[in-house]
Amino acid sequence: MPAPAQRRIIFRHIDEPGYSRDLACYVRHGGYDSLRKALAMQPAAIIDEVKKSGLRGRGGAGFGCGLKWSLVDRKSGKPIYLVVNADESEPGTFKDRYIIHQDPHQLIEGIMITCWANNVRQAYIYIRGEFPHGARILEEAIAEARAAKFVGPDVLGSGYGCEIFVHRGAGAYICGEETGLIESLEGKRPYPRIKPPYFPAVLGLYQCPTIVNNVETLCHVKYIVEVGGEAFSQIGTPNNTGTRILCVSGHVQRPGYYEYEVGRITLGQLLNEVCGGPLPGRKFKAVIPGGSSAKVLRFGETFTLKNKDGSTRTLAVEDIPMDFDTMAACGTMGGSGGVIVMDDSVNMVEALGNLNAFYAHESCGQCTPCREGSLWMKKITGRMVHGEARAEDGALLKGVADQIAGRTICAFGEACSWPTQSFVAKFGDEFQGYAGTKRVPRPDGAAELV
Amino acid sequence: MRPLNVDPMPELPTINLKPATLSRIDEVITHYPVKRSAVLMVLHAIQEDVGYISPAAVEWIAARLELQPINVQEVVTFYPMFRQQPIGRRHIKVCRTLSCALRGAYQTCATFEREFNTHRGEVSPDGEVTVEFVECLASCGTAPVVMIDDDLHENVDGAAARRLSDRIKAEAAARR
Ligand SMILES: Cc1cc2nc3c(=O)[nH]c(=O)nc-3n(C[C@H](O)[C@H](O)[C@H](O)COP(=O)(O)O)c2cc1C
Ligand code: SF4
Ligand code: FES
Repeated sequence: MPAPAQRRIIFRHIDEPGYSRDLACYVRHGGYDSLRKALAMQPAAIIDEVKKSGLRGRGGAGFGCGLKWSLVDRKSGKPIYLVVNADESEPGTFKDRYIIHQDPHQLIEGIMITCWANNVRQAYIYIRGEFPHGARILEEAIAEARAAKFVGPDVLGSGYGCEIFVHRGAGAYICGEETGLIESLEGKRPYPRIKPPYFPAVLGLYQCPTIVNNVETLCHVKYIVEVGGEAFSQIGTPNNTGTRILCVSGHVQRPGYYEYEVGRITLGQLLNEVCGGPLPGRKFKAVIPGGSSAKVLRFGETFTLKNKDGSTRTLAVEDIPMDFDTMAACGTMGGSGGVIVMDDSVNMVEALGNLNAFYAHESCGQCTPCREGSLWMKKITGRMVHGEARAEDGALLKGVADQIAGRTICAFGEACSWPTQSFVAKFGDEFQGYAGTKRVPRPDGAAELV
Repeated sequence: MRPLNVDPMPELPTINLKPATLSRIDEVITHYPVKRSAVLMVLHAIQEDVGYISPAAVEWIAARLELQPINVQEVVTFYPMFRQQPIGRRHIKVCRTLSCALRGAYQTCATFEREFNTHRGEVSPDGEVTVEFVECLASCGTAPVVMIDDDLHENVDGAAARRLSDRIKAEAAARR
């Protein structure tokens, strides 16, 4: 089956010749009409539309956006904050970057609609430190929007007021985790908070109710107001609605970002047709489908899933639709939409060594299983690659990883153990045989990974 | 010796900041209901101005935000982007995470090290650059990527790394 056409909604204007990021251009293309429309609606009606739309968060967890908003404590008498997660730090993910740099007003409009819907008077955009230009672009765009009364004390003469400020991170991945992000916004080390009791919806920023949403999620909110929740829910597949931006990197002919209806394109169509297949002379070996923390898939493995009517179906890796639910049923996740592809030049021990170095570097260090475990996993794969590999190393790695997930304050514990667990489970042969294979020179042109 | 239970307002230690930096700091502090929240933004402003965060800067920020110096110090030491010593004139950050590594990031980094006769994490002998590995820069589709100061460079293979190095060297020569 040929791949369907892209459906560019959020990336409608990304890379469009002649489209610029200034307010005038945005308004010429219908910008801020949705905000105007939203301000004429009751906040509760907007939340209803978002619920009806079925929108699920695009930051990684895929949590229902309308549901998240409905959990906000509105009786506390404390201010409610919106924090925009623009940390974009999950390896393999590169989508918010383009929204921020090329179409910042789309995000600002989504923010203002979300604030109005949730009675928020102050929003912060938490942007990763490595986007210095992005931070400046957002500040300029907010100033433009403020001068035109799309942001500020009296939005479009409605009497409703809301400010947006930009807050820069400084190179720590854990700031993407929402409670770590909140600590960082409070000027502290980004140590994630324990839940319960610190659910952001109740005890978030400054111990006030707080909504944390990803950049792409908020752009979808803007589109939901534009077309209505019902129409949005018709895009994509049931329970996996709307479009999402798929970021493909690694060993394909055409890496890049592609926007598709959720679940309407398979992994095989995406990699073989859209991305042009493997590099010349190579074959696909493995793919991580939802950001580096997602469990790896091995080409050639199959998944037998239950259908609603009780029958079963069997999927190859290439058959998995790019959605949330089927990915989960296949034991991995759609996550952040970052698809990392590895071909047969890659040694999986070395690829895992690369990821383990990332997680060891980024653990915040609060929980012993995560701090020590991520370090040991890095040390073991490092030793396998650079020193001496032992036959029992695969089991050793699994043993360490199995003691992390489920025993930590935040989901980084899962994020750092899933790669090791899945690499060892699916490529155990390579871990077993590494001591032998390592002395064989890498295939021509294969890159060094650790 | 002053009595232990008295915490007088410490005097602001003097550090030399540009007027634009000072007004930026005054501005960002107004963005938050709690001054402490401004720590990262103030650190960025000072590091952009001075190049690094000195012990005096830590004390200055603490006094300015009504914190203890340790509250600032613990932030400086946690976040990888803040540094406590000066670095080379240009900061070359090579992404080493998986997507970039698959496309040759280690070779890219080695090229920069060779071109400037330096090692990762050190200031090059001529003082022109500091080369470093960093983690994913959210541009994996154009791997390998490199940030030189504030600017992202995409698809930086060995040849591109040599071109970028030549440009930096030419700029350095023009300055001398
Ligand atoms: C270790 C870790 C890193 C994360 N990094 C990011 C990130 O960079 N960007 C992001 O939007 N969400 C990230 N998340 C998810 C956030 O915690 C949060 O779920 C998300 O921002 C909620 O927004 P959404 O509901 O719109 O997806 C991360 C989560 C974890 C556990
Ligand atoms: S799981 Fe890891 S990153 Fe999360 S709080 Fe614990 S130590 Fe920190
Ligand atoms: S892995 Fe290098 S930019 Fe993401």
